[in-house]
Amino acid sequence: MKKVLIIVLAVIALSTQAQVTTLKPGESAPEISLKNVDNKQVSFADYPAAKGFIVIFTCNTCPVSKAYEGRVEELNKKYASAGFPVIAVNANDPAMSSAESFAEMQERAKDNKISYPYLYDEGQKFTNQYGAKNTPHVFLISKSDKGNNIEYVGAIDNDTENTSSEKISYVEQAINSIQNNQKPAVTSTKAIGCVVKRKNQS
Amino acid sequence: MRGLLLYIILSSSITCFSQQVNLLTVDQLNQRIANGKDTAYIINFWATWCAPCVAELPHFQRLQQELRNEAARVLLVSVDFRSKLESTVKSFVRRRKLKNDVFLLNENNQQEYIDRIDSSWSGTIPATLFVYKDKRRFMEKSFTYPELLQQYQNLK
Repeated sequence: MKKVLIIVLAVIALSTQAQVTTLKPGESAPEISLKNVDNKQVSFADYPAAKGFIVIFTCNTCPVSKAYEGRVEELNKKYASAGFPVIAVNANDPAMSSAESFAEMQERAKDNKISYPYLYDEGQKFTNQYGAKNTPHVFLISKSDKGNNIEYVGAIDNDTENTSSEKISYVEQAINSIQNNQKPAVTSTKAIGCVVKRKNQS
Repeated sequence: MRGLLLYIILSSSITCFSQQVNLLTVDQLNQRIANGKDTAYIINFWATWCAPCVAELPHFQRLQQELRNEAARVLLVSVDFRSKLESTVKSFVRRRKLKNDVFLLNENNQQEYIDRIDSSWSGTIPATLFVYKDKRRFMEKSFTYPELLQQYQNLK
């Protein structure tokens, strides 16, 4: 009996450690307010004219995130003026890797001349609230009188390598739908990505 | 005696070929598991670019070594880009002297294949599938060697 209890406890301990609940389409999006690479605080409230946000949990080091860097920049160039700016958040805990430090984030933002904010998530507060699992992990948000609503969760497109002629850009499709006052046809996708490095995980 | 000789030749040729990296579809993977019948499979999904995956590869190597007398196979299934098979994956496997069966996943559509491997998989790697008869456990995490061995023992 004692043995069973120990096993049950061990299973519970394992499952709670691994469990991060990812917010789903249709749920409300927590208001993000974090320090940008320029040391200024950035929050949703700073964009009164925005119709929504392309929130992307990403990081400095993940090869998948790096493969998408150019496309994230393009998304911001294309959609910020249309009311959907990109807000990038570094999802990784810098304690797990010095390459994820604020100074390295600043370096990366400078090197890549990024046009969107790249925010430092102290204590992984918003990374955990949104339940970002892998990088890059997109949460497309629409803004309304009722608040901020999650419209789409998942990958930027279906072609990480960016070589397919049949690439489907999920984020662009979802924004186009919202702009036409429609619900996105695809509201969530999966993609191979780097695991978000959390403090309590090995 | 001849049988033994044949066995030695066969097994040594298997050792030589074991550093190959073959393409593998999800259907082929499922077929292999089905053919294995009483064999336990520990299938690790990894990529050469994934640091935590690379860090735990020695544990999977060790597990295969420890279980060499049991009906258990450790399969390493890379989700690297197919275009990197020659330039990156094969040279990585050679350099690391990986003795496990190494494959490169031969699938196009992540939306489709991730769910077919396990519907609980978010797509994050490392991830490992443990299969024994009708038992199936999918875990999206890194392992230490004792944890890995424990998971295998829990399975049986």
